[in-house]
Amino acid sequence: MSDDLYKQEILDHYWNPHNAGTLHGATVSAKEVNTSCGDSVVMDLIITNDRVSDVRFQGQGCAISQASTSMLTDKIKGMDAAQAKNLSEKDILEMLGITVGPARMKCATLGLMTLKKALNDRVPDSSRQVLDANNRTAAATSRT
Amino acid sequence: MHTAASIRSQFPILKRKINNNPLAYLDNAATTQKPQSVVKAITDFYTQYNANVHRGMHALSEQASTAYEDGRERIARFFGATPEEFIFTRGTSDSINIVARMLEPRLKPNDEILATQMEHHSNLVPWQQLVKRTGAVLKILPITDEGRWDMDALERILSGNTKIVAVNHCSNVLGTINPVAAMVRAAHQAGALVVVDGAQSSAHLPLNLRSLDVDFYAVSSHKMYGPTGMGGFYGKHEILELLEPVSFGGDMIRSVEAFDATWNDLPWKFEPGTPHIAGAIGWAAAVDWMQSVGWDTLEAQERELTQYALDTLKQVPGITIHGPNTAVNRLGVISMTMDGVHPHDIATLLDREGVAVRSGTHCAMPLMTRLGIPATARASFACYNIKKEVDQLAKALQTAWKMFHPTVTVQVPAKNLWQR
Repeated sequence: MSDDLYKQEILDHYWNPHNAGTLHGATVSAKEVNTSCGDSVVMDLIITNDRVSDVRFQGQGCAISQASTSMLTDKIKGMDAAQAKNLSEKDILEMLGITVGPARMKCATLGLMTLKKALNDRVPDSSRQVLDANNRTAAATSRT
Repeated sequence: MHTAASIRSQFPILKRKINNNPLAYLDNAATTQKPQSVVKAITDFYTQYNANVHRGMHALSEQASTAYEDGRERIARFFGATPEEFIFTRGTSDSINIVARMLEPRLKPNDEILATQMEHHSNLVPWQQLVKRTGAVLKILPITDEGRWDMDALERILSGNTKIVAVNHCSNVLGTINPVAAMVRAAHQAGALVVVDGAQSSAHLPLNLRSLDVDFYAVSSHKMYGPTGMGGFYGKHEILELLEPVSFGGDMIRSVEAFDATWNDLPWKFEPGTPHIAGAIGWAAAVDWMQSVGWDTLEAQERELTQYALDTLKQVPGITIHGPNTAVNRLGVISMTMDGVHPHDIATLLDREGVAVRSGTHCAMPLMTRLGIPATARASFACYNIKKEVDQLAKALQTAWKMFHPTVTVQVPAKNLWQR
C-alpha cells in the first residue's frame, strides 16, 4: 500500500478515465451520489449470460472517486456478474493500492456503490428486452 | 494590549504539528478552538461544584445555579439582551427549529415565509417543514452575482402576506455580512417577524440585538470560542410572553395538576429538562474572554487578515474566490474552487501541509446550485489566525495546483519579475 493518495496511476485515471461515456443497449444502469460533496457516478452495464460484457461510466467529482470508478470498470469487464456484485471495499482498496483515511472512504467506494446498485436491480435476462431506454433513464434518475 | 502572539498563547492546540507541519487551523466557520479560560471554567465546574441547578437546597446546587444563571446574564448582556430574553438551546439549528415550532400556531394557509438563496440548511429546512405543516408558502430571495441580497427583488417579494423573514446575518459560504438592519425595517413595515441565523456573525461582529430590532436571533457557543452542544436564541420579551412552549418537562413548569399545567417565567418557560450547565458556564467564560480581548482588536485583526488573504489567494493559479471581492462587509470566510481540482482533493492536499480547511457543500446546497458549482474548499479565520498561516495556505494551494497541472507552465506576473 502506498501512502500517496495521489500517485501517478490515480491521476492518470482521473485525467483520462477508462470506459468513459454511456452505453447504447445497456441492460442495467444506476446513478449514485455522494450527498456530502455532490460527487456522482452514472454507470451503464451490458450483462450477457451473467457476465459483464461491457461497462461505461460518466461522473463528476474528486480524483479519488473518479479514478477509483475508472479502475473498477477495467476490473469488472468480463467478470461474472455475481462476482462483481460481491466485490468489497477491501477489494477496492487493494485495486487502488493506496491507504485511504475514513474521510475519503466514501470517495473511494462511490463507483462500487453504483455498481452494486446497478447489479442488485438487475432484471433477469428473460425480461431484459422490455427494458427500454426510457425505463432506464427513469430508473437511473429515480434512485438519486 | 493583546497581540497575535498573546492571543495564540491561550490556545495550546495551535502549537500542534500536523503531518510534520505547523497546524494552520482555518476551519473556524465550522468550529473555533477554545481558550484555556473556557476549558478551565468547564473543568472547575465538574471538579469543584457539579450539581443540578435550581431548587437544590445544598451548597453545590446553589453554586451551580448561581454560576449557570450568572453565565446566562453575561451572555445575554454580551448580545445586548436581558437574561429573560435569552433562551438556552443546543445551538443555532436547535434554536431555529424551536422558534419555527413556537410560531407554528400563529401561521395560516397562504401566509408567506421569506428565506434567501444563501441560507444554511438549518435556516431553510425548518421553514420548508413548517410550510408543509401549515399550508403557508415559502419564498426565496435571490442573491446577486457578488453574493449579496438582491434588495430590488426584496421589494417585489415582501408583502402584507409575509409573516416571517428568516435570514442569516453572515453567509457561512460567501462570508457576506448582510444588511440585517435594513431587512428588519422592510420586514417590520410589511408586518413580518425577523428570525436571524447568527451562527457565523456572533464571533466576528459586536451585536446589540435590542437596537438591531430583530425579533429572534439564534447563536451557537462553539463558533465563538465556547463548548459544543450549547447555544441559544434571543427573542423579544413581548413576543416570548405571547408564545407557548413547544417542549415540556421539568424546570419549565410552574405547577402541574393531573390534566393540566402552567408555565414557568421567562426564560425557563422554553427550557425543559436539566440544561447543559457546563455548556452555559463555558460559554460565559468564552464571552468574558472575547471581551477581555476587546472588539477593537478582534475586528481589526480579522479585517486585516481577510483583506490580506483575498489579495494573496487571488495570486494562486486557477483559483476562483466566491463571494465579495474585498473585506468590506465581509467576514474571513473564503470559499474557493480551483480549475481541474476538486475541493475534496484540495482539502486533502492542504491537510498534508498542516492546513485545516473544509470542503463540500457547507450545508448550503441551494447556494451551490446558484453558484453553479458542486462544492467549494473553504478557509475561515478566527482572531488567532496570522498572515503566516495564510501564506502556508497559499503555498499548499500552489502545490495542489502543480500536482494536478504538471505540464502547465505558470506565467510569472510582471510584478514578481522586478522583485528578484
